[in-house]
Amino acid sequence: MEKILLSGFLLVVLPFLAFLIIVTFTKRFKMLSALISITAIFISFILSIIILVWQLKDPSSFLKYDIPWLYIGNLKMNIGIIINSLTAIMLLVVTTVSLLVQIYSISYMKGDEGFSKFFGFISLFSFSMLGIVISNNLLQLYIFWELVGLCSYLLIGFWYFKPEAADAGKKAFVVTRFGDFGFLIGILIISYLSGTFDILEIENFVKNGTLSDKMLLIVVILLFCGAIGKSGQFPLHVWLPDAMEGPTPVSALIHAATMVAAGVFMVARLFPIFSASPDAMLFIAYLGAFTALFSATIALTQDDIKRVLAYSTLSQLGYMMLALGSGGYVAGMFHLYTHAFFKALLFLCAGSVIHAIHSNNIWQMGGLHKKMPVTSITFFIAALAISGIYPLSGFFSKDEIFLSILYSGNKLLYYSAMFTAFLTAFYMFRLYFVTFSGKPKEEKNVHESPLVMTVPLIILALLSIFSGFIGIPDIKFSIHKFLFIEHLKEAHFDFKVALTSNIIALSGILLAYLIYGLKIINADNLKQKSGIIYNILKNKYYIDEFYMFLIKNIYYTSTEAIKWFDRHIVDGAVNLVAFLCRWTGGKLKLTITGRVQNYAMYIVLGVILIILAIYVYQPDVMNIVRR
Amino acid sequence: MAEILSKFPVLTVIYMMPLLAVITLLFIPDKNHKAIKITSLSFSSVSFLLSIILFLSYDFQKGGLQFVERYRWVPSIGINYFMGVNGINVTLVLLTGIIIVAGVLASWGVDYRPKEFFMLLLTLVTGVFGVFMAYNLFLFFLFYEIAVLPMYLLIGIWGTGNKEYSAMKLTLYLLVGSAFILAGILGLYFATGLNTFDFDVLEKFEYSKQFQIIFFPILFLGFGVLAALWPFHTWSPDGHASAPTAVSMLHAGVLMKLGAYGCLNIAVYLLPGGAKFWLPFVALLTVVNIVYGSLGAFAQKDLKYIVAYSSVSHMGIVLLGITAQNSTALSGSVFQMFSHGVMTGLFFGLVGMVYGRTHTRMINEMSGLAKKMPALAAFFIMTGLCSLGLPGLSGFVAEILTFIGSFKTFPVITIICVTGIVFTAYYVLRALQIIFYGKYDEKFDHLTDANKIEFITLFILMFFIVIFGMYPFYIMKVINSAVLPIAQKLLMP
Repeated sequence: MEKILLSGFLLVVLPFLAFLIIVTFTKRFKMLSALISITAIFISFILSIIILVWQLKDPSSFLKYDIPWLYIGNLKMNIGIIINSLTAIMLLVVTTVSLLVQIYSISYMKGDEGFSKFFGFISLFSFSMLGIVISNNLLQLYIFWELVGLCSYLLIGFWYFKPEAADAGKKAFVVTRFGDFGFLIGILIISYLSGTFDILEIENFVKNGTLSDKMLLIVVILLFCGAIGKSGQFPLHVWLPDAMEGPTPVSALIHAATMVAAGVFMVARLFPIFSASPDAMLFIAYLGAFTALFSATIALTQDDIKRVLAYSTLSQLGYMMLALGSGGYVAGMFHLYTHAFFKALLFLCAGSVIHAIHSNNIWQMGGLHKKMPVTSITFFIAALAISGIYPLSGFFSKDEIFLSILYSGNKLLYYSAMFTAFLTAFYMFRLYFVTFSGKPKEEKNVHESPLVMTVPLIILALLSIFSGFIGIPDIKFSIHKFLFIEHLKEAHFDFKVALTSNIIALSGILLAYLIYGLKIINADNLKQKSGIIYNILKNKYYIDEFYMFLIKNIYYTSTEAIKWFDRHIVDGAVNLVAFLCRWTGGKLKLTITGRVQNYAMYIVLGVILIILAIYVYQPDVMNIVRR
Repeated sequence: MAEILSKFPVLTVIYMMPLLAVITLLFIPDKNHKAIKITSLSFSSVSFLLSIILFLSYDFQKGGLQFVERYRWVPSIGINYFMGVNGINVTLVLLTGIIIVAGVLASWGVDYRPKEFFMLLLTLVTGVFGVFMAYNLFLFFLFYEIAVLPMYLLIGIWGTGNKEYSAMKLTLYLLVGSAFILAGILGLYFATGLNTFDFDVLEKFEYSKQFQIIFFPILFLGFGVLAALWPFHTWSPDGHASAPTAVSMLHAGVLMKLGAYGCLNIAVYLLPGGAKFWLPFVALLTVVNIVYGSLGAFAQKDLKYIVAYSSVSHMGIVLLGITAQNSTALSGSVFQMFSHGVMTGLFFGLVGMVYGRTHTRMINEMSGLAKKMPALAAFFIMTGLCSLGLPGLSGFVAEILTFIGSFKTFPVITIICVTGIVFTAYYVLRALQIIFYGKYDEKFDHLTDANKIEFITLFILMFFIVIFGMYPFYIMKVINSAVLPIAQKLLMP
């Protein structure tokens, strides 16, 4: 017991120690920095396996430990650990992907000026992300939530001398801050109402039903705002595509596999609270479904390999939200878990290609299969997995999602999810065929990446194939049994659903093959025929432009107005007071003439005034004087 | 440690150190710049170390006034030498100690009439230390004036830009504030009729409701001016912008806290009835402070103006905490005084260092500086992150406590104030991006990164931000011990 808690604690702290050591001591020794960082995450990885094994013995048990951080009166804030099945599975995902990405980065970041800094930041990120995973209270969750945001900011802007990267980093931070604003208020309200930050205690509080439905709805939606920002749900999705300015391993780790999934994880962690409000759940489901469809349509038209993947990430995150919103707790987490592997793989493959070609534009690629066989095959596997083809991992998790939507009985969401699956298969294979099939575009000296890069690819490819098998119903270690929570309606395997989804995905792949593989259907013709629709998609529904318009016209104007107001009205009033003092002083000084006659006159006038005043107001006094 | 401290008048020693330095400086020739600086540094370091020891030896379990020194001075009119510290005081004394050492170090490059400069600077600090320890209101006011007046000369002589205007504006503004304070103090003195200025006596007296409602705003406004309460804040941007680095640091770091401290520990503590009546109105003003300050900062082009407006916004959080009237918010508010003090000290120190290199404070004239000065950039970024309330740094703890507390009293106002965190993030990151990120310009080729002294200065300040941000448990216990009696007084009908 204590050993498990201790390993949970160590597993989080180790990457932080690595960060400290790298930043303070080993910045100059590049390989040593990488080694320290990788060793730390490797130990964390081992520890997370230990925790998983322990948890497998009794999935429903949990461990909890608190360290006092800040006590004021009856306000208690702790830094604490919770280890349960959800923690265990998420720890494994984070440490695995982080480990592989770091190994891959040794080669990818080779020769970069900030090599050590990169590993320092990645370690800091791993620390913060693991911190989210083990949090047992909302405040701590928020703390690490902000810290991963910081790491994301630092790593997107890693090549800070590129203006686009600097812009993207800032955008990511500020946009997610909008979500965090809601999140923080949600935390303030719920902790005020329940008198605690502890998640389990809040769950009990919500279960007791003292909250009105309306209040609960408000709180849940506010908490969900955090997830909207971090997991790039509409309308705060705009930062994620731009975040691709960061180094590709960063995109793979932070902006595909782990951090962006933090929102999904948060909803899963607070699932008993969220599911207490059916209206909020419905909202989440609809928003997820919309984001999934919406981003998939944009992904159809993008030319930058990483941006296509970014939109696909948004779309898949939408799926997870949709699943959670439909009550599919297991489905959402299951998809997070499989998605982490195949999406990290897709990004790392993209990185491998970019590393070779030195361009992100897919139209400058082509025919890479022969020159980069490992990258090509692993990419192909990942693309099949994300499309949900049997028996790869994506199939199992997506199937679970479809089932849970079907089970919730909402046909509209079901069809929309199916249609999104079609689009997913299509754009993924558009990407695959354009990049890897056909004839090479330029006679560049392109060759396969070194082993340090391809081995992580292969491992991730294996995970993308096999990691889904825990979703087979009724096996001993099935994810259903592992992530079990009470009162959850279970969806059961349905052959029809599985068959439909596969046919849909295959038809998407086929269409992509016809257009981009065999080129039977001319892509340019399609473009022209679809006209406006194509332009709208290509320009991402003009949402960025719309936001810029708002910022420029409302925000900038109001800040300028305030500047003007402060300078001219507030300060004007201050200066006016000063001016009036000086002005009256200037006038009054004229009375000081230096002539005795004048002064004598003032005295006489004064005396007359006084007498007059007395005469008017106090006639009695005059009588006394006369007597 | 506490026993050793109680054997000698530690409080007097702390505030006398800068004064001794001033006297020693009289005997050092003008031209010997090095001796002047070393003298100033060594004396202020003693104060700094003692203030740390004082902070650590304060017994928060016992609470109340400790290390008391009490002698009769002019008993016929109730003026006594009465010094003491509670949890709020030790925190602010510590802050002053930190800032003065950092300020002296940051002025290492002052070569124009350094003797007078350091003499004035140290006189000012004597006053600040005194204010945070004095528990006789007459003594308090005396120190208060000592703290405010040297500012005029410091800005007027060593300042930049429109310095005469700024110095005059600032001094007049603060003197108007002092006039209010004096009126308030005299009011208290005569209202009790006990013929004493001693705080503990005045505190126990029960003032009539009507008296409180009339005199609370007088005292609160008097102090509020110095705390940059909107709309009495415009002295601060101009003053900060014109002042030399160390003066800006002291000014924003400590002087503004004098105001906030007075609002809390004099106005609210002595007149809780008046406070309960007026504070809801003040809360509205603090919303303006927070939101307006952060929006105003966005539109500025001069780095010092940006930091100055951000100070207005952050002081708004201090005042918001005071208006919320419960122990959580008050603790957050006091901690925000400390946190903002150190943070803004860092900010102005950094701005000074950048300005000393680029000779411009206009953000649009800088870009890509991170390449040439990575250490300064790293410190700047961390300070910026503290200012936008990033967890792990002290600003977060202070803000979240204030918000948690104020949410209980004013939910809607708090929600509006929390929007400030988004705006703050925007202007901070934008400024950082423009200055340090982006394309590097070759005209900056001759620039150098922080030297040793600068590095030490920044490190001292950053140390406290990180340590109290990571582990606020201890300092919050200390602060809370002093805040509880005030909160209890406010709870009473």
